[in-house]
Amino acid sequence: MRQLVVAGHGMVGHRLVEELVEAGGLEGPDGWEVTVVGEESRPAYDRVALSSAFAGAGEDQLTLVSDGFFDTPGLRLLVNEAVAAVDPEARTATTTSGRVLAYDHLVLATGSRPFVPPLPGKDLPGVFTYRTLDDVEAITAWCAGRRTGVVLGGGLLGLEAANALRLLGLEVHVIEMAPRLMPVQLDDGGAAALRTRIEALGVHVHVGASSQAILAGPDGTVSGLLLADGTELAADVVVVSAGIRPRDDVARGCGIDLHERGGILVDEACRTSDPAISAIGECAVAAGRVWGLVAPGYKMAAAVADRLTGGDATFEGADLSTKLKLLGIDVASVGESHGPGAILDDPGSATYKKIRVDEEGRLVGAVLVGDASSFGDLVQLHRSGVVVEDVLSLLAGTAAPAATGPSALVCSCNSVTTGDLVSAIEADGICDLATLKACTKAGTGCGGCVPTLKGVLERQLAAQGVAVRRGLCEHFPDRSRQDLYDICRIGRVRTFADLLASHGQGKRGCEICKPTVASILASLGGGYVLDGEQAALQDTNDFALANLQRNGTYSVVPRMPGGEVTPRQLMACAEVAEDYDLYVKVTGGQRLDLFGAKLDDLPAIWARLGQAGLESGHAYGKALRTVKSCVGINWCRYGVQDSTEMAKLLELRYRGLRSPHKVKMAVSGCARECAEAQSKDVGVIATEAGWNLYVGGNGGFRPRHADLLAEGLSDAELVRSVDRFLQYYVRTGERLERTAAWIERIDDGIDHVRRVVVDDSLGLGAELEAQMAAHVEGYECEWAATLRQPERLARFQTYVNEGAPT
Amino acid sequence: MTILDPATTASVGTTRPPRDTSSRQNRWQDVCGLDALTVERGAAALVDGRAVALFRLDDDEVLAVDDVDPFWGVPVLSRGLVGCIGGRDTVASPLLKQRFDLRTGDCLDDPAVTVAVWPVQVQQGRVAVAPPPSLAGP
Ligand SMILES: Cc1cc2nc3c(=O)[nH]c(=O)nc-3n(C[C@H](O)[C@H](O)[C@H](O)COP(=O)(O)OP(=O)(O)OC[C@H]3O[C@@H](n4cnc5c(N)ncnc54)[C@H](O)[C@@H]3O)c2cc1C
Ligand code: SF4
Repeated sequence: MRQLVVAGHGMVGHRLVEELVEAGGLEGPDGWEVTVVGEESRPAYDRVALSSAFAGAGEDQLTLVSDGFFDTPGLRLLVNEAVAAVDPEARTATTTSGRVLAYDHLVLATGSRPFVPPLPGKDLPGVFTYRTLDDVEAITAWCAGRRTGVVLGGGLLGLEAANALRLLGLEVHVIEMAPRLMPVQLDDGGAAALRTRIEALGVHVHVGASSQAILAGPDGTVSGLLLADGTELAADVVVVSAGIRPRDDVARGCGIDLHERGGILVDEACRTSDPAISAIGECAVAAGRVWGLVAPGYKMAAAVADRLTGGDATFEGADLSTKLKLLGIDVASVGESHGPGAILDDPGSATYKKIRVDEEGRLVGAVLVGDASSFGDLVQLHRSGVVVEDVLSLLAGTAAPAATGPSALVCSCNSVTTGDLVSAIEADGICDLATLKACTKAGTGCGGCVPTLKGVLERQLAAQGVAVRRGLCEHFPDRSRQDLYDICRIGRVRTFADLLASHGQGKRGCEICKPTVASILASLGGGYVLDGEQAALQDTNDFALANLQRNGTYSVVPRMPGGEVTPRQLMACAEVAEDYDLYVKVTGGQRLDLFGAKLDDLPAIWARLGQAGLESGHAYGKALRTVKSCVGINWCRYGVQDSTEMAKLLELRYRGLRSPHKVKMAVSGCARECAEAQSKDVGVIATEAGWNLYVGGNGGFRPRHADLLAEGLSDAELVRSVDRFLQYYVRTGERLERTAAWIERIDDGIDHVRRVVVDDSLGLGAELEAQMAAHVEGYECEWAATLRQPERLARFQTYVNEGAPT
Repeated sequence: MTILDPATTASVGTTRPPRDTSSRQNRWQDVCGLDALTVERGAAALVDGRAVALFRLDDDEVLAVDDVDPFWGVPVLSRGLVGCIGGRDTVASPLLKQRFDLRTGDCLDDPAVTVAVWPVQVQQGRVAVAPPPSLAGP
């Protein structure tokens, strides 16, 4: 057995071990015994997704180490322990706890450290860097209850940090020394568009500004930042994100060659000047530079794993094209982005696009800000070297998509091509996305390629004759909810029986298709949801117009738009709760939930609530629940618009709208986001310039931050956008698919939704609005409608035979 | 509504004295008119202190099983959705959606679980049920 020691258990170090195991490098008498030494307190995790830790993603979600991985014989992981020194003569590495590890080969994968400029005050409590999960925990803890933050550095990581602070509820200033944001990736025009968008989110941007000192308050913690021009910014927290430096300290100590500006020099095999030592990832200077992205690091790991198993792979550089989502804004650069090119610059929508071609017409580079939907195509063009026929149509986004041959790169984080995917699908008989991701690693980096991945999978399965089953259930084996919606809408089918006879099979239907169709018919203006055949289709909750609880009783939730309730209504709730012995809980949706009602008592309870002016809250339906709001401009010192009034307007407009799944909304009165709008299906945040509309957020077991759909909207524009968005979701969502999953499923995701809702690219706008107008017009409280007709009350009876002769 | 204590419900089968199967036809109990039942939905009836779930199918056949969801010990099966899965007439529990065959009582999602099936008669527009054979003892 040969001994391999890996110093550093970060993204690249872990990838090396995985590659080695996969290549069979642990097997045989000549196999490797691997000891990984990691300085952090936990095994390797997804640093690229670090910002999601602010949104609550834990170690479990971020970890890169699959269950039981280090139980593999021949693998050993030491965490919380660093390699302190290396003796290249003796071939030993000594750790911080004094352990001496002999090696036949040593791999340095020590990554980099944040660079902190030597500013006075840089060590004050409240000054942080942003690289590790520990950093995230420390920043989160410190920010609780604090109000303003400053981020030093307006590059990729700085802007990520700024977003994190914003999400923690702070007012944020970003200080960048260069004359523009993201100076490495963007040109002036792109940076300007990015700045406009970021400022619209309430983040203050200072470019061309150099810092003089971090200031301390009387309590000895950070109180602000002094700029070179004398400006003083107040700050309760400072995050320094002024670049990274390779961690070459161990290498330096053992005398191997370093680059003059730091970093461990390696050859094309990633070998250092000592052939028994390799260096990979951000600590290495390979092909002449430090590569600050994960994809090149992974390539180095693959090369070294290959060499360790007798191969001769090399690392010769990597594509630095990147697509990022920063503060919900798409930013991408392809190839060499600096230099002259054809530019589309629309300050109105704050979108910017630059495309650079050489004299022969081949794509050299591109910059995209605000809309990066053409990123995939541009990377293809860049890579293939195909001559661009018409730069202007490429710029306008009307050119045909790039060639998608087998060498087309789909996942740039893990270098997976269409060809790789196709052979995996064919060879391993893969037929779902999760397995495809697990087997090929595609889509497991930044996730940007997942829609493409899905497309490749579906095309390939179709080509293999495997039916892509989007069918709902055995009664509609090849119809999705969307298909059924279209059939009902266009074919004017208005009963379940007709639909089953004409487009389904078998009899009766089941617990899956019945409520789905009931919801579709309701969205298409089916009237009272319990009349005629519809009664047999509704789930228990819709059937009882209340929520069934685990003990067979129901809960009752009256609507309280904007969380407002009159004393009289509150008394009505209190009285029924007392008379019917109900447990009362204030919900997260800012209303009251009354638990423990018996089926027989529901009509009487609702008669009393109705008299007080309360109506059904639709907590039982797949429908709009509540629109949460903060107090906004009426009470709050920070509010810039009337969030409560807007929440009421939205709730009253969309109440009762049946949809594929429940819909939650929120409205915040300013960028502090007290109503948590970005975790809702529809979230609205007030800015000085108008409303910003976010969609596709989710809380629950799979939290997701909403995507920015449109910004700076007037009241009327907001309502129109939400009308279109909701109706489009109702049309095309699948059964029990929340907006978050819906956006992730559909091709091109939020970009597609934006084109439909904002640009009206499908020409559906007027129709969707008309449909919503009809809904608003036709709305009636379901409980009022029930109580109005005594024969509708018969079902609220526990036993049919009560009082019957026995 | 009365919540039956699951413990009580569970003990019914064992405390009831053994019955003479030959007299079973005398034990039909009238429950309600057929028109009191909604087509393709369930309703509960209380028979001898035991909750029964009755389902009226679209051809007016009526099927009955114990109302108590065996997974939860709560009488709610009558409020589930009626369906037809692989040719078997079923009800899906409204709590966690396990499906039960209305003719055999078998749970489609867990072979170890069953509910008792009650014989049903529909005559002259009236629905009557008899206690399930399983309660009649050996
Ligand atoms: C917030 C953030 C966002 C990012 N976003 C992107 C992105 O969108 N796209 C992208 O491509 N890249 C992104 N990156 C960069 C990416 O994370 C890095 O390129 C990648 O992590 C480099 O991997 P590595 O293994 O070389 O270094 P690291 O992941 O930093 O791992 C090095 C590990 O070695 C440990 N170590 C150091 N010295 C020793 C020692 N002497 N002994 C033992 N252990 C030691 C360190 O503690 C660390 O755990 C982002 C980085 C950050 C911080
Ligand atoms: S306006 Fe609303 S979101 Fe803004 S700080 Fe006040 S309460 Fe919070």
